[in-house]
Amino acid sequence: MIRIQTEDFDPGQEIDGITRGRTDIGGIASFVGTVRDSDGDDGITAMTLEHYPGMTEKQLAALEDEARKRWSLLDCLIIHRVGRLVPGDRIVLVVTASSHRADALESCAFLIDWLKTKAPFWKKEENADGERWVEARAEDTDAANRWEIS
Amino acid sequence: MKILYFAWLRTRVGTAEETLTLPSNITEVGAMLSWLQGQSPKHESALADLSVVRVAVNQEYARAGDPVSDQDEVALFPPVTGG
Repeated sequence: MIRIQTEDFDPGQEIDGITRGRTDIGGIASFVGTVRDSDGDDGITAMTLEHYPGMTEKQLAALEDEARKRWSLLDCLIIHRVGRLVPGDRIVLVVTASSHRADALESCAFLIDWLKTKAPFWKKEENADGERWVEARAEDTDAANRWEIS
Repeated sequence: MKILYFAWLRTRVGTAEETLTLPSNITEVGAMLSWLQGQSPKHESALADLSVVRVAVNQEYARAGDPVSDQDEVALFPPVTGG
């Protein structure tokens, strides 16, 4: 399932929602991304996330489909926030559930790596000098490429 | 053709969305980008370095040789930075 929202989410509640009423899940992996207060030497006071409504959902749904093809998943949840956030705020949640831990852990890493290079979100950081658009990092592309998807 | 701009491309072109008529002799994304560069000095400046411009046609990533027509929704944006 994919959700794009401005409001915060509660990772514990989301995981409870996935496991409630089922006994076939053996392992759940999760990733929570949060806003840092610095990027190298630059202090960050806030961050605004924008996205491309429509394409974002399509891209994330395609990534979920790919993860479900590659791994045996019983459930999968991606929540991504948009709008203005401050350091410490949660940005993104990825949860994967499977009968076995390897499928849950690997698919969770795959989803966040690919989300970072495929899903049309952009971050604008605010600092003491004003604001600037965050530039994409080569390390993120390298992280995504280890999963060998075109 | 509806053209959407995101992040710094929106700021530099000066609009989030515009509707232009794509000449019928332009059928590929690469040629469309060259044509867009000529629309105004702002377009030319924003699209000067195409290595940092990503293109989506009808909400799917597209490359220079992919087809495009006046009926399409095109989006131009910098490399993504979510997560």
